[in-house]
Amino acid sequence: MGFERFGVVSFASETLASDFVTYLDEGKLMATKCTKCGAVSFPPRMQCTSCFSTDIEWFDVGEGKLATYTVVKYGPLGFENDTPYTLALAEFPSGVKVFGRLDKAIAEEDIKIGMALKSSTVKLADDRVSYEFKKV
Amino acid sequence: MEKDVAIVGVGQSTFVRSCGMTTRELCYEGFAEAMQGINLKPSEIEASIICSAPEYDKQRSPAGVVAEYLGLIPQPTFYVESVCSSSSTGLRVAYSMVKAGLYKSIAVVGFQKMSELSSREAMERMGRGADVVWESPFGLTMPAGYATYATAHMNAFGTEEKHMAMVRAKNSSYGMLNEKAVYRKKLSVEDVLNSEMITYPLKKFDCCANADGSSCIIVASKEVADKITPKPVWIMGVGAANDTTSMSGREVLTGLKAAKDAANAAYKMAGVGPEDIDVAEVHDCFTISEILAYEDLGFAKPGEGIKLLEDKETYLGGKIPVNVDGGLLSKGHPIGATGGSQVRTIFRQLRGEAGDIQVDGAKVGLVHNIGGTGIYGNVTILGV
Ligand SMILES: [Zn+2]
Repeated sequence: MGFERFGVVSFASETLASDFVTYLDEGKLMATKCTKCGAVSFPPRMQCTSCFSTDIEWFDVGEGKLATYTVVKYGPLGFENDTPYTLALAEFPSGVKVFGRLDKAIAEEDIKIGMALKSSTVKLADDRVSYEFKKV
Repeated sequence: MEKDVAIVGVGQSTFVRSCGMTTRELCYEGFAEAMQGINLKPSEIEASIICSAPEYDKQRSPAGVVAEYLGLIPQPTFYVESVCSSSSTGLRVAYSMVKAGLYKSIAVVGFQKMSELSSREAMERMGRGADVVWESPFGLTMPAGYATYATAHMNAFGTEEKHMAMVRAKNSSYGMLNEKAVYRKKLSVEDVLNSEMITYPLKKFDCCANADGSSCIIVASKEVADKITPKPVWIMGVGAANDTTSMSGREVLTGLKAAKDAANAAYKMAGVGPEDIDVAEVHDCFTISEILAYEDLGFAKPGEGIKLLEDKETYLGGKIPVNVDGGLLSKGHPIGATGGSQVRTIFRQLRGEAGDIQVDGAKVGLVHNIGGTGIYGNVTILGV
C-alpha cells in the first residue's frame, strides 16, 4: 500500500519495499542493506539473493556525486508537460547508484559529471511524491 | 570451425513507416524471401520460432496466427522475446535445438508493426522497457537511457557530438543504396548536429526511426543444409549475456557490459577474435550505440572508437566495415525484425551476394544486437 504515490507516473502499486515512500515523506532517500551478509541495494529490496535472508535494514544514502545524465526535451506519454527535465545517475559512498532527476534549478551549462549532490524529497500534485538531486 | 548448424536462407520485408498489412501478411514478406532458392517447403520445416516485442501487438500470443498463416503448422511454434534483440535470441534458441537434434530445420521469424501506435505511445512502451517500478516513473525513455551513456563517454574520453554525427553520416551514405531501408536520404554531419534535440546529447538524426518490418532466418542441420542449398553459412558462435534492467545497477557507464560479455562468449565459442572479423552489423539504434559497439566488440580500445570513424576504418574498404547496409539508423528499427535483418546482411556478405556493398572476400562476419538499453546482449558470429 502507498507505493502507487511514487513518481510522476507510476506503473506499480505495491512492493514489499513500500516503506521507501514513507521515508520519502520524511525527507529521506533510503537504500537497503542485508543485515546477514551486508549486501547493499538500490533499488531497495527486502529479499536477499546473496544469502536468502529477509532480515533487511534501511539506510540513508547520504551525499553523493553525479555519475551521468541526460536532459530530456521530448518526453513520453504522461510526461509531455514535464519537459525539459534532467535524468541523472548519482553514486553514493556505500557503492549504490541511484537513478532519478536533477533539480530543475541547476542550469544545463552548470551540470558537470562528478559534481556533489544531495537528495531531496519532491512533493508532486495529487499527494504524489518523488525525489531529486540538488547541488550540495 | 564446426560446420554442423547452418543458415540456409534469409529474408526481410521492406522496412517502412506504415506497411498497410496485418502482422501475418508482413511476416510473409520476410519468410517468402528467405525461402527463395532453397529446396524446402514450409511443410518440411520442423518448427518455427516467432520473435517480437509483444507490447506493440493487439493479437495476444502472435506465434500461433503467424505460423498458421505461413503454412508452418501442425509443426510446433513458439514465441521468443528480448525486446530489440528478439530475433537474435530466436536464432540462438534455434541453434540450440538443431544442435541438440530436436529439429533438423527451423524458421526464425521476427516482426514488428509499430505504425499502429503514435510516436509518443511507442516511446512510452519503450520506456516501459526500463524498470517500471523504480525508473519509468521519472520519464526514462530508450533515447534517454542511451544518452546517459553518451554523456558518460563524452566525459571520460572527450567524445564529441560531431563524432556521433559521423556515425549517421557514414550509415546514411550506405542506407541510400539499400532499397529495403525506410530512410534513404544522405545526411551530413551538419545535418545531424543541426537537427532537433531529443535528449541531450542525442538529436533527432542521432536516433533510428520506428518502422514496420519482418525478417526471417531458416536454420538447418548440416544433413539438411547439404541437401537443400549449395551455399550454407555456418553458425560459428552465439554469445548472450544480460545486464541489470535498472540503470542504478550498472557497473560501467562508458560501454554496454552485456555486449562485451556476449562478444567474449561468441568469440570463445567461434575460436576467433575481433581481428578476424571481416564485416560487422552492430546495433546502432542511436549513433552513440555504434561507437560503444566498436569498443565493446574489441574493434577499438575503450575510448578509441571515434578514431575508427575518423580514419574511416569502419567504411567499405576500411579495416572493419560496419553497418554498410545503412544500419538501424537508415533501415529503421522494427524491434523484433531487426536481428534477422542484420543476419540477412551478413549472410549475403559471406556468400558474396551483397552487390554494391560487398566486402571483398568476407569469410567471417559478426552481428551485435542489443535488447533495451544494454539489457540483453547478443553477439552472433557466422562463417563460410
Ligand atoms: Zn544477504
